[in-house]
Amino acid sequence: MHSSHKRGIMRIMKRGVGVGIGVIIAVILIVGSWLLVRNVHFDVLSPSGEIADQQRNLLIFTLCLSALVVIPVYTMLGMFAWRYSEKNPRSAKTYRPDWHKNTILEIFWWGIPIAMIGILSVVTWQTSHALDPYKRLASDQKTVNVQVIALQWKWLFIYPDYGIATVNQLPVPEKAPIHFNITADAPMSAFWIPALGSQIYAMNGMDSQLNLKANHPGNFGGYSTNINGEGYADMKFTVHAMTKEDFASWTKKAAKSPKTFGMAEFHKLAKPGLEHSEQTYKLGDKKLYSEVLDTMMGMGGMDMSGGKM
Amino acid sequence: MDMLHALIGRMSLDYLPHEPATIGAAIGMPLGLLVVLGLVTYFKKWRYLWNFVTSLDAKKIGIMYIVVAIIMLVRGLSDALMIRAQTAVSVGGHSGPFSTDTFQQVFTAHGTIMIFFVAMGLMFGLINVALPLMLGVRDVAFPWLNSVSFWLFAAGMILCNFSLIFGGFSNGGWLGYPPLTELQYNPGPGVDYWIWSLQIAGVGSLLSGINFFVTIIKCRAPGMTLMKMPIFAWSVLVTTTLLMMAFPILTATLTMLALDRTMGMHFFTSDLGGNPMMYINLIWAWGHPEVYILVMPAFGIFSDVVSTFSRKKIFGYPTMVAALTAIMFFSFIVWQHHFFTMGAGGDVNAFFGIMTAVIAIPTGVKIFNWLFTMYRGRIHFGAAMWWFMAFVFTFTLGGVTGVLMSIPALDFQVHNTLFLVAHFHNVIIGGVVFGFFSGVTYWWPKIFGFKLHEGLGKLSAVLWQLGFLLAFMPLYALGLMGAVRRIDHYTDPSWTPFFIVSAVGVGLICLGVATMILMLFVSLKKRNELLDTTGDPWDGRTLEWATTSPAPEYNFAVLPTVHDRDEWWYRKQHGIKASDDGEIKDITVPKNSALGIYIAVTGGLFSFGVIWHIWWLVAVSFVATVVLIITRVMDDNTERTITADELRQEANV
Repeated sequence: MHSSHKRGIMRIMKRGVGVGIGVIIAVILIVGSWLLVRNVHFDVLSPSGEIADQQRNLLIFTLCLSALVVIPVYTMLGMFAWRYSEKNPRSAKTYRPDWHKNTILEIFWWGIPIAMIGILSVVTWQTSHALDPYKRLASDQKTVNVQVIALQWKWLFIYPDYGIATVNQLPVPEKAPIHFNITADAPMSAFWIPALGSQIYAMNGMDSQLNLKANHPGNFGGYSTNINGEGYADMKFTVHAMTKEDFASWTKKAAKSPKTFGMAEFHKLAKPGLEHSEQTYKLGDKKLYSEVLDTMMGMGGMDMSGGKM
Repeated sequence: MDMLHALIGRMSLDYLPHEPATIGAAIGMPLGLLVVLGLVTYFKKWRYLWNFVTSLDAKKIGIMYIVVAIIMLVRGLSDALMIRAQTAVSVGGHSGPFSTDTFQQVFTAHGTIMIFFVAMGLMFGLINVALPLMLGVRDVAFPWLNSVSFWLFAAGMILCNFSLIFGGFSNGGWLGYPPLTELQYNPGPGVDYWIWSLQIAGVGSLLSGINFFVTIIKCRAPGMTLMKMPIFAWSVLVTTTLLMMAFPILTATLTMLALDRTMGMHFFTSDLGGNPMMYINLIWAWGHPEVYILVMPAFGIFSDVVSTFSRKKIFGYPTMVAALTAIMFFSFIVWQHHFFTMGAGGDVNAFFGIMTAVIAIPTGVKIFNWLFTMYRGRIHFGAAMWWFMAFVFTFTLGGVTGVLMSIPALDFQVHNTLFLVAHFHNVIIGGVVFGFFSGVTYWWPKIFGFKLHEGLGKLSAVLWQLGFLLAFMPLYALGLMGAVRRIDHYTDPSWTPFFIVSAVGVGLICLGVATMILMLFVSLKKRNELLDTTGDPWDGRTLEWATTSPAPEYNFAVLPTVHDRDEWWYRKQHGIKASDDGEIKDITVPKNSALGIYIAVTGGLFSFGVIWHIWWLVAVSFVATVVLIITRVMDDNTERTITADELRQEANV
């Protein structure tokens, strides 16, 4: 009698220690996570572009929808593990070793995910078209066209309408639609400005497109997300979003840059190597982008314009 | 000079390792091997070892797979540790301990090794160990082919690791997208090592797939209809079906890349009509089914584990089978979701996105079925069950981020970032790795005759779970901050704390693996206490528990006649004895054969020759391989008989 009482206390103490350790770990994880994320900027979660805003909302919507499945699963996992553990004396009374089917229950949980995925499919279909990178953005402002060439390991931006070429910097006006034509003269890269939204591959001999818009002035990081050799981690650029007036004065100034960018400069820049500085040129060869594209196109490349394959 | 070139191809001393990390590995690995061989000599175990490695017994082949996989797990984990050690410090002007080239080789090796030599190895190991037993038969359909498969797998593994000593590995990522992996950008032998180690292991995998498929279709115990098979057997059936359809694509794709690199062709180059996008399509047409090839056997293991440890029939068996089959089907029409960002347009992206999300339906149903197998059970929380709990917790989370990324418009913001890296580790560690560890814990007594130390097993599960959370939750966050994958250094100092926490997490996972290794030693030392004398340590349900532990070479003296899905449980309930299955008669088992080893050697030399352009070696080893296969085909004396008397004697001991 006495010893069984003692064992009971021991068991409760042991469980108490287990729960205690669990609680301590959970508290450390939660407090630690809070300390970590406190002063950090999440480009994707607090973006600065029209497209990225919609993508953030979509992310939150989908997470909430998923919670409808995750919460019941975690609850049942915890409850069943506790309630039907062999150590729980009540499990002996409810034990039914041969119970293995229940049509209503099964219809129910084929039904829940089907309904959820059904909703999600509609959302997927709509957003795939609404947020298609190729889709032009509506605006009362003039569209800025930028041609992007990914090189080993720098970004060349051409503003055909303004006669400007830049390296590793992308000045754009706020609130105006920006239309990108993107290709590569290097292994496949990917063009991504997380604060503005949507990345797309930059491929040899292909012309892929992207449409973005910056909500307000600011400097945003741009990256290549696809490995393309030794200098991959350094292949970055900065978006300088500015007011309409600032952009206008920048274009005027840049178009008169002392340095001109033509095919000769391109071949020099295209050699593998790092380029840490931001540069601005007067565009010497207006057809540079299509010439780069055609070097590969002529040899069997594909036209990706308009998203048709 | 020309003579020398013809003799040794493009080999030269320049290809010896230069950096401290790689020099260390290049010296350490052969040294470790020498120590092992020395120990074998010291304990005079050469004959035992030779008999073991030439055995065609599926269980022994299974053990060899598992041993290789565990060694490779240590290798892959050291790679992981190097990756996270680098990013924990390489911020701003600090470059971190490894050069960019080494870093890129390391993450390529990490991915390649973890998928091909750890996950695939554990999978084939467990299938070999458990499948024939639970089908109530003596062996797989083609025992010799099974041995060839294993040794080709081993040859691929050796080739992949040998690159550390001489030549270096690919730096193009685990799927090696061209044109980066074409000659133009990558002329060295690294990519060739990658191609040929996968190529040779891949052929082994394909042969294994055929073997297990035929075993299930043609060799089941009398009375075992397909719908009476344990769920694990079903999972192997669907997995091998996928495997047979997917692996030829891998072989063909890698062959084309190899032709580009060695014969000057232009399948995937960026000029002269080559099309790198075709490669990306093809590699994922294999690669996506591949992840299901890995995870479905894990689902099978969990189905058997949860039912055994809850002491209940699996809930909704027909639904489970339907779900597996549905996943098999859908896994072949989702590959494009790996490159929504290629710009295929709204219709194509939406189709593949929806198909991807649809896979969540059968997967979700499986989770509910497992939960309701626990419902009204009497659950014994053994270590195998702890892995199951960790699996449901982790995998569900991975499912959520998977559904997130199935929406193309969302994928555009997280593709190829550390968010993606966190997602696939979430499902592969949570699903595949936890599943196979559960399986190893579960079937260990059947393989070796004693149980693993339960306390250390549980501790290891806890360390893995915590380590996983610490290692990968920060990566989700980093992805949302704009951190892309595969970077060896970065400029934003606010990212550093996240990378440090992630490195700590990898450290915890290493502790988890150390605990496992400790568990092996402790269990071995205490094997007399952990001895499984009954052959049925978990109060099991399926036929593998109907025979002794460790199972005899022939599995069953008389093949059992099957009455029920949970045949062994049924027998225990109804008092059916092995003697009720019929008279003991003479049986035949396959003789040992070393030809599998020889074929792996010639196959390995063939690959080595191609990598280094040693064409005479390529020719000689090719002919030798063909001759070896013909030798086996001509051999009619491949089996030996165990007489009924011997069987009876053994049964009485």
